[in-house]
Amino acid sequence: MYDLLNVKGLKTAFKNNNQRVSVVNGVDFGINKGEIVGIVGESGCGKSVTSLSIMRLLHDTTGDIQDGKVTFKGENLLDLSERSMRKIRGKEIAMIFQEPMTSLNPVMKIGKQLMQGIILHLKYSKEKAKKHAIDTLKSVGIPRAEDIMNEYPHQLSGGMRQRVMIAIAMSCEPELLIADEPTTALDVTIQAQILELMKRLQSDRGTAILMITHDLGVVAEVCDRVIVMYAGRVVEEASVDELFESPRHPYTKDLIESVPKIGERKSRLYSIPGHVPNPNQMPNGCKFAPRCQHAMEICFNKEPELTSEEKRKHRCWLYQQNNVGREQNLGSK
Amino acid sequence: MGKYVIKRIIGIIPLLVVVSFIVFLFIHLIPGDPARLIAGKEATVKEIQAIRHELHLDEPIFQQYLIYMDGLLHGDFGESIKSHIPVMHLIGERMLPSIELSLLSMGWALVFGILIGVLSAVFKNRWPDYGGMVTAVSGISLPNFWLGLVMIQLFSVQLGWLPTGGADSWKGYIMPSIALGAGIMAMIARFTRSSLVQTLKEDFIRTGRSRGLSSMTIVFGHALKSSLIPVVTVAGLQFGFLLGGSVVVETVFSFPGMGRLLIDSIQLRDYPVVQAELLLFSFEFILVNLVVDLLYGFLNPKISYET
Repeated sequence: MYDLLNVKGLKTAFKNNNQRVSVVNGVDFGINKGEIVGIVGESGCGKSVTSLSIMRLLHDTTGDIQDGKVTFKGENLLDLSERSMRKIRGKEIAMIFQEPMTSLNPVMKIGKQLMQGIILHLKYSKEKAKKHAIDTLKSVGIPRAEDIMNEYPHQLSGGMRQRVMIAIAMSCEPELLIADEPTTALDVTIQAQILELMKRLQSDRGTAILMITHDLGVVAEVCDRVIVMYAGRVVEEASVDELFESPRHPYTKDLIESVPKIGERKSRLYSIPGHVPNPNQMPNGCKFAPRCQHAMEICFNKEPELTSEEKRKHRCWLYQQNNVGREQNLGSK
Repeated sequence: MGKYVIKRIIGIIPLLVVVSFIVFLFIHLIPGDPARLIAGKEATVKEIQAIRHELHLDEPIFQQYLIYMDGLLHGDFGESIKSHIPVMHLIGERMLPSIELSLLSMGWALVFGILIGVLSAVFKNRWPDYGGMVTAVSGISLPNFWLGLVMIQLFSVQLGWLPTGGADSWKGYIMPSIALGAGIMAMIARFTRSSLVQTLKEDFIRTGRSRGLSSMTIVFGHALKSSLIPVVTVAGLQFGFLLGGSVVVETVFSFPGMGRLLIDSIQLRDYPVVQAELLLFSFEFILVNLVVDLLYGFLNPKISYET
């Protein structure tokens, strides 16, 4: 049990041509107070849907949560009424999104967008909210905060907009910040600044962060613990150091392998063969087996359980106890 | 922005000069001789000639234009050929009811059109949407004179609540404004719906939800403003047409508006009245367009009026 958020058996399905397709299929993980946890995986592995499910923000999609528990500070968010959920969103759990260009209302002044949440959740008067808004903008490193209050999003650069997004998210001092690919749309130097900022906010205010990304560089930079997702399932969980030092799951190894390294000249970049399986044509057994270099017979027939080994977890037959084929299979690479 | 408005208003003047010239030419292209119409069937050629001379109709057309413009620049719109009442006076007494009727029609069409559009968009593909769109399609398809006649039959003849016509009291405005506004309301509802449906798919709507804003705040506080540009465009155009008056509806309700005055004057070849009315319509249309452009700037801060 983790002391802030516990996700247990989360299952989210989307309706597609009158067919229910599970995109997130029994995801378990948790976050402690003040911890930075990363969720990594390729596009389509269900990491964004997981975060939207936690926030119950699937309104405008065809998706809905089928099963599971999302316990936040001892309360199952999935049992809350929409009204009580609105009091959690933005106040207890805040979220920032990938596209700073389109995630802010283009026709509303920054100040107003920022103050809206503050007035709603913290019940501040207008003047107090304004002062708080300016302070928050300053705290995320925005110069001339007073002027920015009266500007529109299109007058700011991408990095500045993402800072504004962070300011909006942090303005009500949430305990958990979910960041869905916060740096993907930014260029590298700005990425570093934004990550630096998030790390600082975490250490200053003790906000826990759930960092959703496909970028292992980001994970290595900021996270304490990592969850690797594949095809709607958690396949590995470990601390950052353990994960990069000794990845267990072949998928994790491949992910690490496919990151290009500076100074290394390869005729060809490594890429994982094959594709993420289509959610309505999931293979039997381990979902990664068709792409796995170490796949054994059992992998195609039976899906492994998420198994604990000391402080880490993995979902792979190679490491299950009583597994006979382990040695020779590991040796083949 | 003040500078922009002044520039635009100054720009209206040459536009009006061009419009006046084109209108002048076109009116004289209409077959028929006003002198003959005034003199009557029995008149001799000489009498007709005299009237033609009096009205400067025997001068070359360019000369006639200059004479007209000369009057115009001195604030003189001339007088009606038929009744010899000054044009200013004729138009003056028709303009106010017409503007009031247009404002009323537009007002309710906007309020209900946007409301229906918002409901339809928010409850997309559910019964409020179907209900709203049935209303909208009916509004567009029902001819306004028919609507007018049905309303007269029901509310005036059967129930006796409202007068059948005239603009003597505010009651006289109710039915004509409904008849005129129905189609516009329907159009506004459809435009609002489609535009809002698009906006509600935008990322910033999801951001709003993630901040705990209620659906009401999201729709009315965030989405609606971005969705209104196409609505303002249609509403502006329709308002321009409304100001020109509607012959059919005015006839049905015997409403003393600009539309009937225009048709009457064209039939009598009452050149000065037609000329003045068309100029006024152009002026109103340009003005409405200016207001629409300014509204664009208000609705979308990316549109700037500097330079």
